Amino acid sequence: MSMSDTVRMSGRRRARSRKAIAAVLQFLVVVATTYLGLLAVTFFIGRVIPIDPVLAVLGDRAPQHVVERTREAMGLNLPLYQQFFIYCQQALSGDFGTSVLTTNPVMTDIRRVFPATIELATLGTVIGALIGVPLGVLAAVKRGSIADQIVRVIGLVGYSVPIFWLALLALLVFYARLRWVAYPGRIDIVYEYTFSPITGFYLVDALWQRQWDVFRDVFRHIILPASLLGYFSLAYISRMTRSFMLNELQQEYIVAARAKGLSEARIIWAHALRNAAVPLVTVIALSYAGLLEGSVLTETVFAWPGLGLYITNSLQNADMNAVLGGTIIIGSVFIGINLLSDLLYRTLDPRTRAR
Amino acid sequence: MSALLTVEDLRVRFPTRTGVVEAVRGVSFTLGRERLGIVGESGSGKSQTGRAVMGLTPAHAQVTAKRLAFDGIDLLSAPPKLRRDLRGKRIAMILQDPKYSLNPVMSIGKQIVETLQRHEKVGRAEARKRALDMLAAVQIRDPARVFDLYPHEVSGGMGQRAMIAMMLVAGPELLIADEPTSALDVTVQLEVLSILDKLVAERGMGLIFVSHDLRLVSSFCDRVLVMYAGRIVEEIAASELSNAKHPYTQGLLNCMPVIGADRHPLPVLDRKPEWAL
Amino acid sequence: MSLATETRPLTRREWLLSDRPQSRLQARLGRAYMTWRRFSANRLAVVGLLILLGLCFVAAFADLLAPHSPVIGNLAGARLLPPGSEGYLLGTDDQGRDILSRLIHGSRLTLAVVVLVAIIAAPVGLIVGAVAGYAGGWIDAILMRVTDIFLAFPKLVLALAFVAALGPGIENAVIAIAITSWPPYARIARAETLTVRNSDYIAAVRLMGASPARIVFRHVVPMCMSSLIVRVTLDMAGIILTAAGLGFLGLGAQPPLPEWGAMIASGRRFILDQWWVATMPGIAILIVSLGFNLLGDGLRDALDPRESGQ
Repeated sequence: MSMSDTVRMSGRRRARSRKAIAAVLQFLVVVATTYLGLLAVTFFIGRVIPIDPVLAVLGDRAPQHVVERTREAMGLNLPLYQQFFIYCQQALSGDFGTSVLTTNPVMTDIRRVFPATIELATLGTVIGALIGVPLGVLAAVKRGSIADQIVRVIGLVGYSVPIFWLALLALLVFYARLRWVAYPGRIDIVYEYTFSPITGFYLVDALWQRQWDVFRDVFRHIILPASLLGYFSLAYISRMTRSFMLNELQQEYIVAARAKGLSEARIIWAHALRNAAVPLVTVIALSYAGLLEGSVLTETVFAWPGLGLYITNSLQNADMNAVLGGTIIIGSVFIGINLLSDLLYRTLDPRTRAR
Repeated sequence: MSALLTVEDLRVRFPTRTGVVEAVRGVSFTLGRERLGIVGESGSGKSQTGRAVMGLTPAHAQVTAKRLAFDGIDLLSAPPKLRRDLRGKRIAMILQDPKYSLNPVMSIGKQIVETLQRHEKVGRAEARKRALDMLAAVQIRDPARVFDLYPHEVSGGMGQRAMIAMMLVAGPELLIADEPTSALDVTVQLEVLSILDKLVAERGMGLIFVSHDLRLVSSFCDRVLVMYAGRIVEEIAASELSNAKHPYTQGLLNCMPVIGADRHPLPVLDRKPEWAL
Repeated sequence: MSLATETRPLTRREWLLSDRPQSRLQARLGRAYMTWRRFSANRLAVVGLLILLGLCFVAAFADLLAPHSPVIGNLAGARLLPPGSEGYLLGTDDQGRDILSRLIHGSRLTLAVVVLVAIIAAPVGLIVGAVAGYAGGWIDAILMRVTDIFLAFPKLVLALAFVAALGPGIENAVIAIAITSWPPYARIARAETLTVRNSDYIAAVRLMGASPARIVFRHVVPMCMSSLIVRVTLDMAGIILTAAGLGFLGLGAQPPLPEWGAMIASGRRFILDQWWVATMPGIAILIVSLGFNLLGDGLRDALDPRESGQ
């Protein structure tokens, strides 16, 4: 019996390694096609929808010979599939053209503004997860209680409130009335020239350089937008945590853990939450991606010099290169985050781990 | 024989929106260091009886009894802390299906060590050693390898042996086995049973064996309680089973096919409403 | 007395709850009644329903309900009046327009956006999912890959880019939102289709010679409806928020249309001193999307008791 067990096991292991290779291949196909899809859609938006893409890039006041030259430079006289091929080549090498608004290459602009968005979204997700997960656990454990109801209402309002509106109100209350936080922007004008960031993540840079007054100022700027974004991810995370936890707490292994005499705290945190963590990783990753996207609306309100503000400014000036470049970058980050959460999922769940 | 467990007039009720459902209605028995089988169909209250003794009835259920005592400790009035200390240390329970009753993201060894560390002050090395010994005791050939495996990586039979190891490692005096073999392949059922049999005998434990399989129980236990609709309809020594008086017990016995006997017409289990009164 | 009760005809309730319905109609009504009972036991869900009925009512009778014109204001005498001013319950904006009247008329735009997106996106998703699930094989693989590609995109940013290319305006906003919101419906429809595809009644219809199109539209699609309705309802709140976001960025409805998101944008300049101009439309958005969320939750619990974990 144990013999047959070992035989079965080694056979299974071989099958598993074959499966692992297939999984990796499938993974690559998924990434490649998703990326191709992203490029196809942005190509469609930038080149096919506008009646004259040259007009969309140059505006309608450009002189005729400039229009002709641009048309040629953009390769618009080529057949569509060749255009798409060239478009993909350029996009993959990070060439999204020149921004009409800033006259810089779009990629240079994005490299400058993106750290601000990442810093904001990361802090927001950290806040959302640190508060959202315990709230969700509490709601699941005390199901049907007042606490559960309160968590539910917090979540529902978070799902229903327009983020830019809440941001305006928060500015009105915490900046204009209470003076608890700094005015919109990322850093005080005083430090704008004395502080030289290295990574572009100001909180990290200030800590690294031990400039405590700068750190305080940066913190006072970032805390309100980050808390707002945090609230939105909290709404999502707490709701999903609750539902995952409810599911885990019904499982038989929880009964077994109780039969072992474990305390409720250990059952909840070490057993149920550890199992719920597997799908939760995906949820937190998705909410991080959602915050990157939500930055388009919040950064405008907080004058936060990130990718969202860059995209909205470009939108208002019909700067399509910049808009599409930003879209591709956010799309790429989305794809990257999906990949990462998939990998994390595999490491967290022994059942999907290839041994 | 001193009573290890005394149960008198045990009742388990579940309040629902449409009224109170009584799963267990006045069950009484005493148990020494012996093997007691509880048999019945699903919904007869046999599992809920076991869970009530463990203190694992769902929070919204009401458990009452004239007396529910383990080794002189009144379980119903015992503080939750004391009941937790008893669980796993002095009373343990084996669940039906190792596929669901082992934590899927924790290695088997860790789950065994966890029981031990909960109830005794042991160092890591000693805990590991005792867990390995326990795995060997449930006749796992290569304990060191199985120690690091996850539940999905072992077969059902091995999973159930790991479950037994996890529950017996702290040396309980009473074991409640809730359908411990019904989720297993027929071929490994007997192996798991014989391991259980050996351990119970060696350690002198009391055993409550909950099952729907009357013949299995009768071959394994000293005494059998037959439950129907939350009540005990018959208590009988396993050796006397063929002389069972209650028609329900006889019905259960007759459900078992006998090779060579005429099976026409197939017997249908008779359920008379007056038995449930 | 007791005889009379035994022979009396069935009450309406008993007729509905009968487990031996005499006709298809009775069975359907009975099912609907059971769903309604489960739904109405959830007080919050009923609140959500009432909010949305209120929205429909306001939108239908906007002309009668609004005390002032939504687009022409009193520039001379009524600029930026605070809430509670004479004749202006919620105050006025910078052009002297009554905010309440603008909100009332704006409800039409909100409702129109939601309904249009649902009408476009839900059938697309339903058909893609049902066809993929029923056909299987490479059709399934291709359709689902496309769906997943769209699912992996940032919805809001993509909608922004679409509107930027199509040009601002409420119609284009609707198209952009619809394009980005069909994939989840396709996933749901496919999942439901897979569960019914191999059932005996589908095999029976196939044996009777029904065409694949007939099977998909008459027998598969109806089975997907209830989960789809729940999902669409829950998505409506998100659609409203996206539409308002586009309006806020000046890409949705154009002035002087009283679109709520655009109203917040125009009130932004006065947020520090005349807070009500931006606050009131935000409250309206919050209430309506809360209504959709509550209704969606209630519908999910009523239509799919498994999910609610009762």
